[in-house]
Amino acid sequence: MTSSDLIRRTAAELADLLTAGEVSSRELTEAHLERVSAVDERIHAYLHVDAEGALAAAADVDRRRAAGESLPAAAGVPIAVKDVLTTKGLPTTCGSRILEGWIPPYDATVVRRLKEAGLPILGKTNMDEFAMGSSTEHSAYGPTRNPWDLERIPGGSGGGSAAAVGSFQAPWAIGTDTGGSIRQPAAVTGTVGTKPTYGGVSRYGLVALASSLDQAGPCTRTVLDAALLHEIIGGHDPMDSTSIADPLPPVVEAARRADVSGMRIGIVRELTGEGFQAGVQQRFDEAVAHLVDAGAEVVEVSCPSFTYALATYYLILPSEASSNLAKFDAMRYGMRVWPEGAPDASAEQVMAATRDAGFGDEVKRRIILGTYALSSGYYDAYYGSAQKVRRLIANEFAAAFTRADVLISPTAPTTAFRFGDKLDDPMAMYLNDIATIPANLAGLPGISVPSGLAPEDGLPTGFQVLAPAMADDRLYAVGAALEARLLAEWAAPLLDGAPDVTSLPMPAAATKEDAR
Amino acid sequence: MSTSTQRTTDAVLDYDDVVAAYDPVMGLEVHVELHTNTKMFCGCPTAFGAEPNTQVCPVCLGLPGALPVVNAVAVESAIRIGLALNCEIASWCRFARKNYFYPDMPKNFQTSQYDEPIAFNGWLDVEVPAESGEGTEVFRVEIERAHMEEDTGKSTHVGGATGRIHGATHSLVDYNRAGIPLIEIVTKPILGAGERAPEVARAYVAGLRDLLKALDVSDVRMEQGSMRCDVNLSLMPKGADRFGTRSETKNVNSLRSVERAVRYEMCRHGAVLQGGGSIVQETRHWHEDTGVTTSGREKSDADDYRYFPEPDLVPVAPPREWVEQLRTTLPEPPAERRKRLQSDWGFSDLEMRDVVNAGLVELIQETVVAGASPAAARKWWSGEIARRANAEGQDVPTYAAVLGVTPRHVVELESLVTSGRLNDSMARQVWEGVLAGEGTPTEVSDARGLELVQDSGALEAAVDEVIAANPDIADKIRDGKVQAVGALIGQVMKTMKGQADASAVRELIIAKLT
Repeated sequence: MTSSDLIRRTAAELADLLTAGEVSSRELTEAHLERVSAVDERIHAYLHVDAEGALAAAADVDRRRAAGESLPAAAGVPIAVKDVLTTKGLPTTCGSRILEGWIPPYDATVVRRLKEAGLPILGKTNMDEFAMGSSTEHSAYGPTRNPWDLERIPGGSGGGSAAAVGSFQAPWAIGTDTGGSIRQPAAVTGTVGTKPTYGGVSRYGLVALASSLDQAGPCTRTVLDAALLHEIIGGHDPMDSTSIADPLPPVVEAARRADVSGMRIGIVRELTGEGFQAGVQQRFDEAVAHLVDAGAEVVEVSCPSFTYALATYYLILPSEASSNLAKFDAMRYGMRVWPEGAPDASAEQVMAATRDAGFGDEVKRRIILGTYALSSGYYDAYYGSAQKVRRLIANEFAAAFTRADVLISPTAPTTAFRFGDKLDDPMAMYLNDIATIPANLAGLPGISVPSGLAPEDGLPTGFQVLAPAMADDRLYAVGAALEARLLAEWAAPLLDGAPDVTSLPMPAAATKEDAR
Repeated sequence: MSTSTQRTTDAVLDYDDVVAAYDPVMGLEVHVELHTNTKMFCGCPTAFGAEPNTQVCPVCLGLPGALPVVNAVAVESAIRIGLALNCEIASWCRFARKNYFYPDMPKNFQTSQYDEPIAFNGWLDVEVPAESGEGTEVFRVEIERAHMEEDTGKSTHVGGATGRIHGATHSLVDYNRAGIPLIEIVTKPILGAGERAPEVARAYVAGLRDLLKALDVSDVRMEQGSMRCDVNLSLMPKGADRFGTRSETKNVNSLRSVERAVRYEMCRHGAVLQGGGSIVQETRHWHEDTGVTTSGREKSDADDYRYFPEPDLVPVAPPREWVEQLRTTLPEPPAERRKRLQSDWGFSDLEMRDVVNAGLVELIQETVVAGASPAAARKWWSGEIARRANAEGQDVPTYAAVLGVTPRHVVELESLVTSGRLNDSMARQVWEGVLAGEGTPTEVSDARGLELVQDSGALEAAVDEVIAANPDIADKIRDGKVQAVGALIGQVMKTMKGQADASAVRELIIAKLT
């Protein structure tokens, strides 16, 4: 088996090959590292590649397997991790200058579980600074490019993880989703991404953007892989007070059964139609038809408060972020900038100079918004009102789930847009997450599954499934059923239709880093 | 903006003039470090005095990604404190973030409680000298709230003359203290204390200290900072119903300082108001050495901590049954316990008050349990050792622990007296030896050769000798002037080098001359 064959296999297939002894973890890891060397100059999915660490972990798995040890099912399948999760001994920058050079002394719980499962970590993936953005254009280290078109965004904030998986630089990856940062990149890169139920995956070691919204989850090329990875990282963690103690729902079993017969799927009126690109809507409608064909029943539901979800989100997120990001003050770790012309600068002056130099514009924008929203005299009108609307949204979800087992919508309103298109218009950028944000506000799980290519631009479109809290298994049942039908229709995985990245011309030097 | 001269030379009004014209209003905020084994939100140890930055982890250092988990023992302690202060206990409450930047705060927010404290609406009765000037009476201090929070790290400013940040060349931060569980206990405005305000403040803090000690939730060592008091004070003209502007004096860290700081601020406010000025709402620093406060930073209601519910923690919702079960673990309230002990021990009000003020209740209790009589326990613990402890600026229990003097020593000393081996003056010498580290009372009396002469022959010879040497005095006694016997006793004791029982000598002389 050549290395180019290996990298196109799904994680589940690779796990089987490893178990059967047909391939070693070292070969697999080397194949992916070679792919990274070959294409990441063009994609820029990785901020840091840890060849040495990944190969050492692979060698360890191979040695243990050779010794006859019983290993976790996916042991030896390498993985990429979004640079927002702490990794002991590996840089963790969150896409920000302010954390440049910081090496965490501890592993996030998710990372620890990956290591315990025997997954070699290939490296850390690019992201919008502190996960603020929908395009990775806000990474301080330059944007990631969409494997389908290097002039277009790979989604965000987790564009690095989605592009790494979509360009076969990793079989799977970890992302985080605060308002759609796993699902929207999945949609625009033709990959699969799950945001688990809030509390379903530990946040310990996930550098917080908005604590009440953040959730780590899988980025993969198939629904089954997402379920397998979900199972590896999910479950209760005593280090995270908001972690749910109940056992994880049977996600892998649901993905394998792919059964939607008799399931009621609810189309959310507010999350379709107007504002959605024609080709996105078309592929969504076709997907619905496939599910009906597979035995599901379609109902329409209305959640009027979703109209306010974006406004609510952009009060709660900046409020929490303004507090979460206060710790980056140059006192204990990360960047330290001495104010110019002030040899006797006070601690406060150093803090201010560092934060001014270390944070990008989008981060500053949200810190200012959040500081304002929490200020005395404004708190009730902004943060307080937002919490009330958040409750309304949760209530409307609950009502909708009395009529439907899952809710569905297109994941993102458009296919991947061009770099720079929305950089100067924050509202246009924020609107990209219109369909994904409600689930974060209510703490519900959601998945994005490829639904095809939009006829007008030939770019991937995503299909979103939302489920009640701790009913993540339903995401996988619906996702896998749709995936199976579409695969039968297409005769090959969607990504097989993506251009060969190595044949694409090197994009013009337009990264932020180069521009500096 | 106040000038530096105003800072150091604030005018003060005579205390009597202050209380004649104004009513003080106090608010006392007491921070108590719980002595849990681990910190408020992580598993780090809490031992006092460890090497700097050795009791830290990603959580209490506020490293990116780290998350807090509430210490259940701290919640239990908070509830017990709330119950002991007669508070209501919240059935559901949350932590909040108090946002401000400071290098000793790892996250640049303090995880605290804001509008949902775990305990609220309570009271503590304290004993203060009665208004009549005779005896004591109970003064009720209303409690606004008791809430949970985490301590900050500890900054040390190096290179300056004063140890303050001004003039320092650099600062060091020890994060061992960061995340230590704190309970902040806040009173409602204390009104009606009048001229006794300083004593009420002291009695409240002392009462709180005793209560927390009895609850066994904190070391309550003010000198180590495990209990710290902030004094809010304002004056209003007598008869007024609107509070004046307050000052907040931070870190008043001894009972005596609480009393002095209240008195000083009353006098300072009085001088400002009397002179037609107005009080600046500000934080003030208390100076133990000079007994004055100086201006810190100006503080106003515009200070905005942008409190919001801590999203990294789930609400604390103590089940009612648990709260009621904790109620059954409360110790006897210190005031009631003192009444009971006073009666058990047979102390007068005055004796009991002195014992309480000297912080000797526990020590005496332990000594009585160990076998001493209450009178002996009181006598020995409040005598020479108390004088020395006071000179050292320490309380007696701490000082005794330093010296290695224990209740067993008192028991032994008393038994040496009751068995007739030592008289009172010899016992005092033995006690001095014990305090000097010469050993147990028995060892000291052996080493110093202190023992009453039991040999009646020697004693009789000494008495005969003294009678023979003082025929005039002997005649007086024979004539019935028994009071003259004292002169002879003194001479006999001198001859015996003090090692005789004076009452036995007296009886012997009288027997021989009448």
